[in-house]
Amino acid sequence: MSQALQVFLAVDCMPLLAVTFALLACGLIGNFLVLRRQSMLGDAVSHAVLPGLVIAFIITQSRAAMPMFLGAAIAGAVVALLAELVRKLGRVEPGAALGSMFTIAFATGVFLLERATVGTSGATRQVDLDADCVLYGQPETLLWFDAPQTLASVFSMSALRTMPHQVGVLFCVLAVIVALVIVFFKELRLISFDPALATAQGFRAGTAHLVIVALVAACAVAAFEAVGSILVIAALIAPAATARLCTDNLARQLIWSTLIAINCAVVGYVAGVTLPGVLWGGAAVSVAGAITLALGVAFAGAVVVSPSHGVCARALARRRMRARIAIEDLLALLYRTEETGRTQLPLAEANKTLGAHRCALALQRATSASQVARHNGAIGLTPQGRREAAAIIRRHRLWESYLVEKAGVAADHTHAPAELLEHVRDAGQRPIAPDRGPDRDPQGKVIPSE
Amino acid sequence: MITVIAQVDTAGLRALLEILTLQGGHNTTVVMLGAALLGLAGGLVGAFALLRKRSLGVDALSHATLPGLALAFLLAHWLGVAPNSALLLAGAAATGLLAMWCVELVHRHTRLSEDTAIGMSLSVFFGAGIVLLSIIQASGGAQGGLKSFVYGQAASMLPNEVGITGAIALLAIIAALAFHKELALVAFDEAFARVGGWRVSLLDGVLLALITMVTVAGLRSVGAILVVAMLIIPAAAARFWTDRVARVLVLSGAMGAVSAYVGVAVSALAPRAPTGPLIVLSAGAVFLVSMALAPRRGVISSALRRMRVRMQVAQDHALRRLLHAESKDLHFRCPRCLFSMLRVRGLVRLENGSPVLTTAGAARATRIERNHRLWTQYLISQAEIAPSHVDWSVDQVEHVLSPELIAELESELAAASPAPGAA
Amino acid sequence: MNTSHQHAGSRSALAGRPEHSSESPLSIHAMTVAYGKKPVLWDVDYDAPRGALIAIVGPNGAGKSTLIKACLGLLPRAAGVVEFWGRPYKQVRKRIAYMPQRESVDWDFPVSALDVVAMGRYSRIGWCRPVSRPHKDVALACLDRVGLGDVAHRQIGRLSGGQQQRVFLARSLAQEADLYFMDEPFAGVDAATERAIIELLRELRSQGKTVICVHHDLATASTYFDHALLLNMRVVAAGPVREVLTAQQIARTYGGRLTLLTEAAEAVAAQP
Repeated sequence: MSQALQVFLAVDCMPLLAVTFALLACGLIGNFLVLRRQSMLGDAVSHAVLPGLVIAFIITQSRAAMPMFLGAAIAGAVVALLAELVRKLGRVEPGAALGSMFTIAFATGVFLLERATVGTSGATRQVDLDADCVLYGQPETLLWFDAPQTLASVFSMSALRTMPHQVGVLFCVLAVIVALVIVFFKELRLISFDPALATAQGFRAGTAHLVIVALVAACAVAAFEAVGSILVIAALIAPAATARLCTDNLARQLIWSTLIAINCAVVGYVAGVTLPGVLWGGAAVSVAGAITLALGVAFAGAVVVSPSHGVCARALARRRMRARIAIEDLLALLYRTEETGRTQLPLAEANKTLGAHRCALALQRATSASQVARHNGAIGLTPQGRREAAAIIRRHRLWESYLVEKAGVAADHTHAPAELLEHVRDAGQRPIAPDRGPDRDPQGKVIPSE
Repeated sequence: MITVIAQVDTAGLRALLEILTLQGGHNTTVVMLGAALLGLAGGLVGAFALLRKRSLGVDALSHATLPGLALAFLLAHWLGVAPNSALLLAGAAATGLLAMWCVELVHRHTRLSEDTAIGMSLSVFFGAGIVLLSIIQASGGAQGGLKSFVYGQAASMLPNEVGITGAIALLAIIAALAFHKELALVAFDEAFARVGGWRVSLLDGVLLALITMVTVAGLRSVGAILVVAMLIIPAAAARFWTDRVARVLVLSGAMGAVSAYVGVAVSALAPRAPTGPLIVLSAGAVFLVSMALAPRRGVISSALRRMRVRMQVAQDHALRRLLHAESKDLHFRCPRCLFSMLRVRGLVRLENGSPVLTTAGAARATRIERNHRLWTQYLISQAEIAPSHVDWSVDQVEHVLSPELIAELESELAAASPAPGAA
Repeated sequence: MNTSHQHAGSRSALAGRPEHSSESPLSIHAMTVAYGKKPVLWDVDYDAPRGALIAIVGPNGAGKSTLIKACLGLLPRAAGVVEFWGRPYKQVRKRIAYMPQRESVDWDFPVSALDVVAMGRYSRIGWCRPVSRPHKDVALACLDRVGLGDVAHRQIGRLSGGQQQRVFLARSLAQEADLYFMDEPFAGVDAATERAIIELLRELRSQGKTVICVHHDLATASTYFDHALLLNMRVVAAGPVREVLTAQQIARTYGGRLTLLTEAAEAVAAQP
């Protein structure tokens, strides 16, 4: 077995597994927080974990996994419920209720921690339970001290037993969440979409809310060592928010979010460990922070380049639409010119009507599509362009007829709406038979046949 | 635990008293007064943030100050100057505002809700801060100086630091008071304010500036993570006590000042402990006391009120039953207690061991009967406007409904059937 | 894009209208409003007569509130011009009062009825100045006019629905305007409050003021108001109530073949 592999197993393997599990667990359950517009609940619960950990530590005087896990999960759930109570009983605005409860909880945690440290001769310090650890997380410290010597023995029972217990806890939480999400997918979707309907159908939305809060608390607790409690917020929100920008389908959103979570965990970890050395020759930076930044980069990327909801995609589509409208306006203008008996329109006149910029844009596209031909300083329709223009004019005048005949709009008020509507291809295709005769619009102008 | 409490109990109490009465030495006194000023500013500005429903946005801003602090620190290091607090606070304000801008961008240009945008911004900026901190640490920089900005460390504040934060807090207080009318208007009814010609975006900018000032000023004594509490908790606590903006402002400012003052005083006993949690805990105590004890909006008083209403309804129901000479179906667990209460009030007397209405009781029962009919008629004829927030106790009828409406209901009743109680 | 004579035609039609003059407190020319890209009002033209009670009537989702909000600049206009007495809104802001829908604010807000009415004076008071005695007196007088003088210091959440509506009415009275926009002033009030409100509106009319109300109750529209604007995404009819609120016009507003127009609006919205 190579030296590199051995180093990997001992140093990097466990942290990498831990952050991946943490991000997966948080990312999956986070989908339901984001959909239910309760993202800040993750914030509150992840802060509230601290007092639970400290109290469990003070009571048991040990850092055993189970009591700590329970204490933290209970504290998280209690704070979430307290915030709910404060909101209901005290009629406090939801944000303020959450904000006041989790800051108080976190302050209690830090305070108890300091006291406990003083009172028990620094025992907490020795076991490395301090606020920093809870806040920032230190996956780097999850070393596999008795890492197996051969690849084959990695999966043996004895090797697995020597793994840091945090990884095991994270794996269990992840397994539970995956199982719940798969089994209750239908119910979760209903509850997230319409809690009232869900309750009416016998799925207790209130209970489901509790379960989700408990799961978030469990994730936050299991993950706090891997990514730190503040960064749990990123793990809860970012994969789901990013996925939400990539798809409209909940099942696909869940899959996207797991992919994003895995990618960000690995890329963030590797970048945090190696990039500083490459870039400025420094030591590795905080891995938890690096992963959060990776999540942020993924999110920013989705905001900008997502094919369906990205800023770029929408801007591009808007531009294309504007160009199309400009072309259609140009073609319609030329058609109307032909109706007056002229076959050519001076370019200057087209510029004036359409605006120089739009006209230039439309002209360039329309000539390259050979819909419009230029003849020294004037422009005219080609046969192909005339067909296209007739269709546009037909839509426009059919809409005018419809607006007057059916929608009761005054005859002199139809042009502007029809201008908007003529560019809508599918809705405008509907045959609207004008009552006045098949081929005239309200102004008496001919409606071109198809 | 017990040793902890005992420690505070004996010698600590006397020392605390000394510090609270400003006898804890010059430096402590200055720091405490500065903290009180900051608390006052936090309470005032926080009240507006609460009324404008912007409380959680503050959380993003305060967490996002961390990378700014670290960047300013690195910048100072790179320039070769000592990182002074003005530079650090400017950096903090810059990234804090940047985070708020990101929240706004994400909220406006994507389909995500505002709290998702806040959570994203908060965690990513904080993550960046952590990375920068680890870089500073690795390069051997004195990270300890920055750590006091995370949890707050008031005791080690230098007089000039107190001066800077105090000045910022003072400026925020003056601005908040100057604009209080406009800020309240926008918070209450944005559309009306806009039509009236007030620049809503400008006023929101003012509020954001105030929030940033308080946050930045609070970093050194409360810390980046908990400074948000200085803006949320006193305001939410003050809201329990009063129904007027002016009083909310005064109370919230006072609560903020007192909790900061007390928090810093307690922390002066253990100078190495972070101050932030202590300030937040004293504010939290004020909050919990307010929530429990405040009249009207408090939890205890509203529970009592509910109980009283239930009692009143049961008594009224019993009187009506007696009026119709029935004594069953009292809808109350202990009929005997019910009747003894009515006897104490002189509405019922015992005749041969069974309860009978007195004259006063009969008069009241008649009135109750009539009001009950009025309510029923009201609910039938005006169902769509029946407000949900009214206590449906029969005594309320005159307070809730206008005399004209009562007259109208009575005529409707009379038309339907001759009511015995209508006279 | 546009045959020039067509546009000229619609302009001349406008100029030919008898009510259209700079005297009209509100004239809307060719206004189109869209939510995002979905058009909700198509090419609205309207001139409000002076000194009248005007009802904007139409079914749910017809764009009644949108019309008011777009006139006041609360919503962006996709096209068109709105003028008040022949001038843009910014120049005559002080002569215009606005009463939003009751649901638009948080009634748990810590202010008293008097505080809310005093907000009607803020534009006159100006930046950073406190509410002085004379302004407070005006606010109190307005509260008295709506019959709420004795609850002036009560927190607004503790008032009944009808009283809350009257507080809003008092606030718009406190603006001492010449043109009042009211969004559903009769929504959720009892019959007595409704009569009190209409009395006040008539009083305003007798002082030569113009009141434009969004109103959804067809039954009372013709008794309460002088003029009506029948609206359903486009203006169906406008004029004196007797001429406008006919069975035929109402059928055209409420029923009719609107599905295609609504569908088209969705299609326009679906464009990138």
